[in-house]
Amino acid sequence: MSTVLQGAVAPAGPARRVHRLEPAALAGVMSRDVVMFGRYWKSTTFSSVMQPVIYLLAFGLGLRTFVKIGHLGYVQYVGTGVVATAILFSSAFPGMFNTFVRWQFQRTYDAVLAAPVDVEELITAEVLWISIRAGVYGLAPLLVAIAFGLPPEAEMLLVPLIGFVTGFGFAAFGVTVAAIAKTIDNFNYITSAVLTPMFLVAGTFFPISNLPAGVRTVAQINPLYHCVQLVRDASFGNLGTADLGHAAVLVGFALVMWRLAVWQLGKRLID
Amino acid sequence: MTGGGLEEASERSRGERTGAAAISLRGVVKRFGEIVAVDGLDLEIPPGVCFGLLGPNGAGKSTTMRMLTAQALADEGEIEVLGYELPRDSKQARMEMGVVPQLDNLDVELTCRQVLTVFARLYRVPRAERDEAVERALAIANLRHRADTIVRELSGGMRRRLLVARGLIHGPRLVLLDEPTVGLDPQVRQELWTLIDSLRERGVTVLMSTHYIEEAERLADIVAVMSHGRVVAQGTPAELVRSHAGAEVIEVYGSAAQLADASERAERNGWQSRRSGPALAIMRAESLNGGGASEAPEGVRRPANLEDAFVTLTGEEIE
Repeated sequence: MSTVLQGAVAPAGPARRVHRLEPAALAGVMSRDVVMFGRYWKSTTFSSVMQPVIYLLAFGLGLRTFVKIGHLGYVQYVGTGVVATAILFSSAFPGMFNTFVRWQFQRTYDAVLAAPVDVEELITAEVLWISIRAGVYGLAPLLVAIAFGLPPEAEMLLVPLIGFVTGFGFAAFGVTVAAIAKTIDNFNYITSAVLTPMFLVAGTFFPISNLPAGVRTVAQINPLYHCVQLVRDASFGNLGTADLGHAAVLVGFALVMWRLAVWQLGKRLID
Repeated sequence: MTGGGLEEASERSRGERTGAAAISLRGVVKRFGEIVAVDGLDLEIPPGVCFGLLGPNGAGKSTTMRMLTAQALADEGEIEVLGYELPRDSKQARMEMGVVPQLDNLDVELTCRQVLTVFARLYRVPRAERDEAVERALAIANLRHRADTIVRELSGGMRRRLLVARGLIHGPRLVLLDEPTVGLDPQVRQELWTLIDSLRERGVTVLMSTHYIEEAERLADIVAVMSHGRVVAQGTPAELVRSHAGAEVIEVYGSAAQLADASERAERNGWQSRRSGPALAIMRAESLNGGGASEAPEGVRRPANLEDAFVTLTGEEIE
């Protein structure tokens, strides 16, 4: 072993100054995610794409002869709405489960934080990676809807960006949940009480204008509602000034959740 | 990478901060609720030495290690690592240090090469040098032939070697080793000892926590004995033995009654003694003076060792 150690230690260059939120640190943490993705992309992609596509086919095809919303066919309506569902599922769940497993079971975060990476960089990188993925997965239902006759629009190219911003917020929401949860079973409360109503009451399957006034107000606070509106307006080539408001809500949600995730998980990662 | 480059590097770092301690803690306190894990700890670790933090389980060694990477924040006191003030500049300090944790936190789903590549990035090893750094670390871990094996499939010893190599990927000038050989079989332990020793020879400062006396005695230039969150004694292993256990020890063997009698006699004469497995060990056998000397029980005389000093200092039995 000692002969091998001839080269044990590399010459240490003069240490350069490190900064806050270094791209190199983010890239380092994300490189790990990329390697893991290389191993698990099939199952991850399958679950992230299949679930919304099944909703789309079940509701869209099942109800299309009965339902028409405005001038839209129901497949088009649901196809665009389910984009938001795909984004939600592929961001909130990895945010919750990956964080909890890597932090509590695999102690990966302990190892990363012993390197020159701080909590803010670690969480930001994890959330960034999830939201990039969510932006891509959000396209799947749209492609299916196109296959069922939704006319392609140039503005659809904005959908990955909308998915990225929405996914960022929900991934950070998932990280926050993981930070606060005592056990992984507690995620069930969030899934049933928060995520399920959220994806149903967002104008995904039916317009919220049909809901009672109280519920409608609640629905308007739902970030997913704003995501649905944006995606629909982009997909149908109807983008207007109202969409600036939707975009602002999503950006605001992402920023608030990001800081909350850094604060809550940071509090628990550092003794 | 040659040894020459290395000497240059360590000379340069010595030049930068002449005489400055590699690690310095002053009056550090860390509480977890009611429990005081570290209780007014003072520690000065000069550069280039292998420093052993020796103490029983629960003495506060791991908490101290975590404070040095700012993964635990001190409630009171000052901490400096490589001249950087913690926690403010801890990220900067971590750029230049390597950490080998007590608990294996390797990514079990990655291959050895992938683990090392990810950490080469986290430690900001420039892209052009990354492959070389990974190859070098694989060589340190003696895992070249298993480079593409998934960590989960490695043996315990291989995993520990990979864990050490991961902490050395960027050529740190300070390495923290938290209980580096706990739970390893003797052969793997020997290998790691060789590795740690060679780091020190290369001018790397090593801080190692351990509750294995033999490990501290063999490797450490300076040992600080920790008990209940503070340092109770510090010195070279030989100094600690001399000042806390003397030169010689008499080990008395016999029946329980004989041992009780010997123990009672030691107490009456003010001799330091301790139970040592089946025997009673009486310290400072060379100077059992006064009227009591004639009372000195029959037994085996042997040179005092660090274990005698450790037990005297901490009052804890060895596992």
